[in-house]
Amino acid sequence: MNGGDGGDVAAAPAGPPPPLDWKFSQVFGERTAGEEVQEVDIISAIEFDKSGDHLATGDRGGRVVLFERADTKENGGSRRDLEKIDYPTSRHPEFRYKTEFQSHEPEFDYLKSLEIEEKINKIRWCQTANGALFLLSTNDKTIKFWKVQEKKIKKVASMNMDPSKAVGKGNIGSSSVSSSTNSHLENGGYKDKSSTNLINDFKFPPGGIPSLRLPVVSYNETSLVSRCRRVYAHAHDYHINSISNNSDGETFISADDLRINLWNLEISNQSFNIVDVKPVNMEDLTEVITCAEFHPTHCSTLAYSSSKGSVRLIDLRQSALCDKHSKLFDEQEAPGSKSFFTEIIASTSDIKFGRDGRYILSRDYMTLKLWDINMDSGPVSTFQVHEYLRPKLCDLYENDSIFDKFECCLSGDGQRVATGSYSNLFRVFGCGPGSNESTTLEASKNPMRRQVQTPSRPARSLSSITRAVRRGGESPGVDANGNSFDFTTKLLHLAWHPSENSIACAAANSLYMYYA
Amino acid sequence: MVDEPLYPIAVLIDELKNDDIQLRLNSIRRLSTIARALGEERTRKELIPFLSENNDDDDEVLLAMAEELGVFIPYVGGIEFAHVLLPPLETLCTVEETCVRDKAVESLCRIGSQMRETDLVDSFVPLVKRLAGGEWFTARVSACGLFHIAYPSASETLKAELRSVFGQLCQDDMPMVRRAAATNLGKFAATMEPAHLKTDIMQIFEDLTQDDQDSVRLLAVEGCAALGKLLEPQDCVAHILPVIVNFSQDKSWRVRYMVANQLYELCEAVGPEPTKTDLVPSYVRLLRDNEAEVRIAAAGKVTKFSRILSPELAIQHILPCVKELSSDSSQHVRSALASVIMGMAPVLGKEATIEQLLPIFLSLLKDEFPDVRLNIISKLDQVNQVIGIDLLSQSLLPAIVELAEDRHWRVRLAIIEYIPLLASQLGVGFFDDKLGALCMQWLQDKVYSIRDAAANNLKRLAEEFGPDWAMQHIVPQVLDMIKNPHYLYRMTVLRAISLLAPVMGSEITCSKLLPVVVTASKDRVPNIKFNVAKVLQSLVPIVDQSI
Repeated sequence: MNGGDGGDVAAAPAGPPPPLDWKFSQVFGERTAGEEVQEVDIISAIEFDKSGDHLATGDRGGRVVLFERADTKENGGSRRDLEKIDYPTSRHPEFRYKTEFQSHEPEFDYLKSLEIEEKINKIRWCQTANGALFLLSTNDKTIKFWKVQEKKIKKVASMNMDPSKAVGKGNIGSSSVSSSTNSHLENGGYKDKSSTNLINDFKFPPGGIPSLRLPVVSYNETSLVSRCRRVYAHAHDYHINSISNNSDGETFISADDLRINLWNLEISNQSFNIVDVKPVNMEDLTEVITCAEFHPTHCSTLAYSSSKGSVRLIDLRQSALCDKHSKLFDEQEAPGSKSFFTEIIASTSDIKFGRDGRYILSRDYMTLKLWDINMDSGPVSTFQVHEYLRPKLCDLYENDSIFDKFECCLSGDGQRVATGSYSNLFRVFGCGPGSNESTTLEASKNPMRRQVQTPSRPARSLSSITRAVRRGGESPGVDANGNSFDFTTKLLHLAWHPSENSIACAAANSLYMYYA
Repeated sequence: MVDEPLYPIAVLIDELKNDDIQLRLNSIRRLSTIARALGEERTRKELIPFLSENNDDDDEVLLAMAEELGVFIPYVGGIEFAHVLLPPLETLCTVEETCVRDKAVESLCRIGSQMRETDLVDSFVPLVKRLAGGEWFTARVSACGLFHIAYPSASETLKAELRSVFGQLCQDDMPMVRRAAATNLGKFAATMEPAHLKTDIMQIFEDLTQDDQDSVRLLAVEGCAALGKLLEPQDCVAHILPVIVNFSQDKSWRVRYMVANQLYELCEAVGPEPTKTDLVPSYVRLLRDNEAEVRIAAAGKVTKFSRILSPELAIQHILPCVKELSSDSSQHVRSALASVIMGMAPVLGKEATIEQLLPIFLSLLKDEFPDVRLNIISKLDQVNQVIGIDLLSQSLLPAIVELAEDRHWRVRLAIIEYIPLLASQLGVGFFDDKLGALCMQWLQDKVYSIRDAAANNLKRLAEEFGPDWAMQHIVPQVLDMIKNPHYLYRMTVLRAISLLAPVMGSEITCSKLLPVVVTASKDRVPNIKFNVAKVLQSLVPIVDQSI
């Protein structure tokens, strides 16, 4: 795995922010050579929390694994990691395993004869409170609200009754005490009677009964307890593709293929439909919702993307059912270039708001597009991610790879964007003014092994002819090695740390972390 | 070891820490018993500190604990020791679960309102300040609900401090805290001196009304009404009225919806004159809002709002809107209108009702959506008082017949429920002519619920018009149906008989009803025979001993 030699970073000096030099940081669940990947272990969702101190991953087996940042708190836990890797001076985020829980189980919908997979489609972090972590996780149908909290393990000492003896009596079932103990197991009614009897029979002395003692509890250690606080179910006829929290801290949305519902976190038995694109006649269906996200600060704005490649912005203030968008971001394909695959590859697989809410990043099969929400005439930048695959679309269609849904992410400062690709590669682009940073990394311990320089800047920027020449020169190089692209190893899920240049990405069952 | 008689209470105490949540809950619910067994002093010194540490438990247990502690003053030794209850409730005020926090705040308020003033200053006010400065938003949210208890007994300087702390909470980073502050603003303001009300509170209020979170502005609308009632009328007009008018044109439909919902209270707050000049235009705008939800809320208030206006104003401004709403594109708007519009008749007076409202009633009675028609029919008595039923009856009948034969059985069921009301409004004559046949027809409905309701309906009609009438118009027809070839319909007859018998009296029961029942006991369907037995049992108290 670590045989290759790292190439150097694309050193295009034009842009103000210098290109990042990505280094390997950590890996969790690394595969040993030849190890078979279990389907259930494949990671299907990654999400940093707002502070960047926690990271959650969900997998196809319905589990959610939490990691916590190790370098900011105490250094004890990270020492092993430090030894393992060769970068001793680490001021980059390092994470350690915190806990995991089974979020979803496979289910069967008897009414529709449908199997509901346990696969976690999305995870979203909610507001932390009192040191407890809260998150939402969803599979195709059901959203769950989890609370992960450190609980002291209590050990009860010094009881009024000798516990062993009490149990013994309970077994015999003869004494009045044990029968009353049992009685409140079954129903509270008898208990009340016995107590009132007691109160009637004995006058409590004014000073109380001295022989009674309160149980003494000692706390030795703590453990992390994950509890499902609420289940938001039965609101989606189709598969849920995304969930997103509102900035007001009390509502969130869930989106399936045709509808978007609005929930209150505290109320799990009702939700409001706010977008419904289902046509009266399903045969008229031409477009489905692929992803939806709330604006990071404006509580009434949300964006959703469609299978036709457009991104719509809606304003919840306008009306109760927001079928009319307030803004539409769409790029018309040049009319001549239409082919059988045009519509398939136009489908947006993921959208993300930038941190300040000014920009929306969208990912379709071929490109990554950055939109300014104040400019609906076209994307600010387009980054070619899979242009080299265009000649192979037919094969990709045959093996269904063309339907892969790649996620995308923005850096906290909004200067860079990243998205995944095949062969466990992911790409980072600079999107600041004048930047033509473009890096390809492999999710392995040596990210630069397959480093290829493909400065595929937006086609619209005509400033640099040299770059165009370079692209002409180099892109085929990638294509020539095209066979090495392995469509079975795809890097779909990745997330950028909210405040630092650190990326977490999933290659099958392994979680790789990089920093720069 | 404990004496034998104390076992139950000892077990109860031990189970405070049992692994089974049900047992812990049970123990917490009996906390007062435990406290009495321990005595006041040990309750203060041991039980309460013990409970204060017990904040790691499940939410259900914490909720029960928060509730119990609210009524715990007698068990700790009375009012003078009430302050010992504050620490455990303070911890409960910081937990993540909203319902636990709310309960803890409620209990704290209950305790605080009984505490002596000096104790309040010594322990309650510091508690509020601690919570308000809490690290997590949960504590700060809870703090918002406690100011109105802490404030009145505080000294001048302390009061100033509390006001400024509350002001900070209203500008908290967390929307949850701002929402809690907005919710409690009215309560807090009610305890405040008028001078500060105008300065501090109005400033806070204005900030809240301009919050960029819709959810905060929503709650500020409620504050309008509460604050308005506290202010002098002229201040109210100067400060609150512009806010209301602004809100009624807010960009967010949710805020406008809230205004529509609260408008009546807001009118009360600002007084009749400004209502006429400023709020009528706002209300008219809301009635014509382009969001159906807002129109629904506004339409539902038509009558209440008209009542505080003069008839002329109502006719001039509101009635045109009502006309538009009666043909609104949303059936829910029409339905909301239909449910209240009848109430406008007494407000407008006979002439205006006949001239203006009647056409609207009639068009709503012909609405394609059954709920709309039902809502009109259900409030028929109100119109009757003003104009009499004659004018309506011609159009009423087709509407009723249509509803009676509606495809959806729930609609049929709903109209059956209103038949006795209609009968009393329309009078015997009209009923006999038009509706009698319908009532019999329902007895043979395909849906059991309808047959059952129809039988019940007969009973209520018999009560309404008396046994003599029933003897003529109901009993023969019902008894006729016992010959129906279908056993389910025969069963309906039995059901009707058992309901009618108590109304008809023993004589008719013996002479007319009983023979039919007895004959039915020889029915070839066992189910009928079984039901005959049941009917007979219910008839026993009615008939004479002799039979």
